[in-house]
Amino acid sequence: MENEKNILEVRNLQVNFKTYAGDVKAIRNVSFDLRKGETLAIVGESGSGKSVTTRTIMGLNARNADITSGSILYKDQDLLKKSDKDMESIRGQDIAEIFQDPMTSLDPTMKIGKQIAEPLMVHKGMKKEKALAQALEMMKLVGITDAENRINDYPHQFSGGMRQRIVIAIALINYPEILIADEPTTALDVTIQAQILNLMKELQDKISTSIIFITHDLGVVAGMADRVAVMYAGKIVEYGTVDEIFYNPKHPYTWGLLSSMPTLDSSGDELPSIPGTPPDLLDPPKGDAFAARNAYALKVDTEQEPPFFKVSDTHYAATWLLHPEAPKVTPPAQIVARQKKYAEMQKDLVAQQRPAVPVEEEEEQQ
Amino acid sequence: MAKYLAKRIFYLILTLFIVITVTFFLMKLLPGTPLTNQAKLSKSQIALIYEQYGLNKPVWQQYLLYLAGAVRGNFGTSFQFSDQPVSYLLSSRIGPSLQIGLQAMIFGVILGILVGSFGAMRQNTWVDTTATVVSILGISIPSFVLAVLLQYYLGLKLGWFPIAEWGGFIYTVLPTLALGATPLAESARFVRTEMVDVLSSDYIELAKAKGLSRTGVIYHHALRNSLIPLITIVGPLAVNIMTGSMVVENIFSIPGIGEQFVKSVLTNDYPTIMGLTIIYSFMLCVVLLFTDILYGIVDPRIRLTGKAN
Repeated sequence: MENEKNILEVRNLQVNFKTYAGDVKAIRNVSFDLRKGETLAIVGESGSGKSVTTRTIMGLNARNADITSGSILYKDQDLLKKSDKDMESIRGQDIAEIFQDPMTSLDPTMKIGKQIAEPLMVHKGMKKEKALAQALEMMKLVGITDAENRINDYPHQFSGGMRQRIVIAIALINYPEILIADEPTTALDVTIQAQILNLMKELQDKISTSIIFITHDLGVVAGMADRVAVMYAGKIVEYGTVDEIFYNPKHPYTWGLLSSMPTLDSSGDELPSIPGTPPDLLDPPKGDAFAARNAYALKVDTEQEPPFFKVSDTHYAATWLLHPEAPKVTPPAQIVARQKKYAEMQKDLVAQQRPAVPVEEEEEQQ
Repeated sequence: MAKYLAKRIFYLILTLFIVITVTFFLMKLLPGTPLTNQAKLSKSQIALIYEQYGLNKPVWQQYLLYLAGAVRGNFGTSFQFSDQPVSYLLSSRIGPSLQIGLQAMIFGVILGILVGSFGAMRQNTWVDTTATVVSILGISIPSFVLAVLLQYYLGLKLGWFPIAEWGGFIYTVLPTLALGATPLAESARFVRTEMVDVLSSDYIELAKAKGLSRTGVIYHHALRNSLIPLITIVGPLAVNIMTGSMVVENIFSIPGIGEQFVKSVLTNDYPTIMGLTIIYSFMLCVVLLFTDILYGIVDPRIRLTGKAN
């Protein structure tokens, strides 16, 4: 593995879906790393390929999916080369997943205690009684009150928020190395969302798992993630730390996403939106897939795909605007305000650090 | 649960009462008389026979008398078989009918579940197509046609099974196959449709994400959830078997109540018709009660007892 700190390395992943109309290119050359203990958020609108990416990692893609290239390295082994049997032993043990809709993701005819205990029985060969005892501990850990009496209840006897806690308990019962959370709060109302997110953060510290957090809600990302990858039309277009993505975004698509999110400073009557719809991935456009919806598109965008440009060691964006020869453009006012704030923050940060950090090291950092 | 059962049993008695009433008056509207050689009998002889069986009284009086007897467990004596009480006649014949009916039901439903599940698991493959063809055939071919075909090919041509008559398990095979085809086809169709649905549901995805094997997912999660709608059709299937048995028992000359029913209607054997109607309605009510209880066992969401939530 290139980097000891990486628990998962996805390289050049391409996934097509075979349909009667032709191949839908759902994932077009996606690469990213997941570091140990971090939370990586993958954001993007519906159909950008977020869920397909995670399904591919889990080995749970639909039967018409065709992985044309790439590798997914986990503990020095390529998950894409594993047999179905091997993947079964990884799922629920090393990599677990939380699904979007807690109302439908629990088996309606099985007691929740058994549903939580199932991964223990499957992977650790545990006897039912012992597994149920451990499931009870997990129920308490995820904050289900009166767990002793509720272990034999069925899913319909719980509220949506409680059900999502149960789903989390199922995912974490084997202390997985990687937790994939596929829009875990989308189906919940806002107050419950906050509770579930807090719970996830709390548990991440306790069992030290790495999280891939899929969402289309940037508001959720800010509080949860360490790093963010922005996906559009089956590609990652920009990635960086949360601060870099929120306060110094470089890709026009990220600008659009951030501008369309209301903030406390938002003024005016209308919330900006990104015009148009994502391209048809049956026949992806030449060049930058976002060009057609991009007010800042250059001529080169329609001809040639932009490579990643390095903004900082941790921040990369795939847009021709970062090319040295590209014309200077001014991002939307809101983004400019964000960048200003970021510059101040950086200054503050540097100012705070100055007394503590030796000069040579500071230079090294930059 | 006890309260619920008591309520259901009360309804059962009420249903039987209504069935007795309606059947009794409808039966009296049947053309013909119970007499075999009416033309050869004199008016006074007919009057004498009528008086002996109480048929000379007004219909409403006959009805009340019958009801009074039925409450005390006396269902009258058969006209056809002189002096044989209906209760004795039927109890000696219900055995073969129950055996064949239950065998057909168990054989049909269990095989139907297997065929349906395999069809759903191998959706849009030759397995699925075969399962669909089997269920279409099973639904469209009437049991009496199948009965004759089975008799000809498996009985006469191959000689594997006796063609008709009664005496031991081997005699029950062909009637069971003939009667079981519809339950097989219907349950295969239901289970297949439902399982295709269930297999694409979120909790199956979660079960896979837990690391369960393919068979583990089917056995622990998909099967039970796919079987819920099947319970709905167990009642109608039981009716199907009961009505089918009337013809099929005739074809295989099985000494059951189905065969007896046809005979007694043809000869206007009033007490036997009544007795059989009561038995059939009773069995149907019991099947329906049984399916309602089964619902609760399979699907916790409609369970009757349990803690208040």
